[in-house]
Amino acid sequence: MTRFLLPLGIFVVLVGFLLVGLNLNPRQVPSPLIGKPAPEFQLQQLHQAEQTLTSKDNLGKVWLLNVWASWCVSCREEHPLLVELAKSGIVPVYGLNYKDQRDDALRWLKQFGDPYTVSIVDPEGRTGIDYGVYGVPETYVIDKKGVIRYKQIGPVTVEALQTKILPLVKELELQG
Amino acid sequence: MSLRLLFPSLKDDGTHKGDSMTKAFFGATGFAFLLAFLLALTPVWAKEAAPVAEDPEIEKRMTTLSEDLRCLVCQNETIAASRADFANDLRREIREQMQAKKSDKEIVDFLVARYGDFVLYRPPVKSTTLLLWFGPFIFLLGGAIALLVYLKQRRKQIQEPQLSDQELKHTEDLLKERKGNNA
Repeated sequence: MTRFLLPLGIFVVLVGFLLVGLNLNPRQVPSPLIGKPAPEFQLQQLHQAEQTLTSKDNLGKVWLLNVWASWCVSCREEHPLLVELAKSGIVPVYGLNYKDQRDDALRWLKQFGDPYTVSIVDPEGRTGIDYGVYGVPETYVIDKKGVIRYKQIGPVTVEALQTKILPLVKELELQG
Repeated sequence: MSLRLLFPSLKDDGTHKGDSMTKAFFGATGFAFLLAFLLALTPVWAKEAAPVAEDPEIEKRMTTLSEDLRCLVCQNETIAASRADFANDLRREIREQMQAKKSDKEIVDFLVARYGDFVLYRPPVKSTTLLLWFGPFIFLLGGAIALLVYLKQRRKQIQEPQLSDQELKHTEDLLKERKGNNA
């Protein structure tokens, strides 16, 4: 009887590892930028092309940077949540319009609502590379000192908002 | 979830535009319009192909380097092989940095700073990857030790049995008996 215990034990351990592996999402690649200063940018605004926004303009406040595009289907999924979040006034949401056409982007915002305090445009995806963007949507939480504190890969969900983003924003607001 | 983390390869808008354009061609506008359209397309192709022709040396270096880099969108492909938009952008970035006389190491560091070690197909040896690098050797060693122990035990089992004098005599009697029967 005991001679079966060892193989059975090894089998159980192996199944355990495989089960954990099945539940990991290989697309969620942890960002090395968390805890690091948000990469600098100076980009044209979507609505007023003659104006720019730089990463330094937001120093002193906690803000979200949401990477979006009109061609991105799951951006539509998270969009109502962002609109609601913006209405609540809890935290300002800035948009990074990633590899998009200006006309398409403006039409998209008109159709689905515009939650963004300001949207900036990154037509060639260069700022995207600096921020380690590899899929859209992605959302960054940036603190008052301009440090990236969290990255949501994929659409923002109610669960992510409740369990991670909003508590983190609250905590960061309290810091000096 | 995975399909919806999108890149422009899954653009839904592009196809619609294509449809309406095809209709326009075969509508009233006719052949001249089609010709004009095809001619208008040519410079776009020429522009895209330009960097390759400009410097074959850099192109070769870029391909060699990006063969060791993982595309984060289609994770089992290298940046050299992938046709995803993301890989395209990174190839452009690598090409530009090479033109700016950056070394391969500087470019790899640039990418690792943004995308993490995951972009490397050959992960660096450090505390978090020790098990990855040396785990197989630990398993090999464990297997070898288990095999040695097993073989030693087996040798004990198959050692020739020592017979007592009484048993020997009994055996000889039996053998004699058998011979007698045969004769």
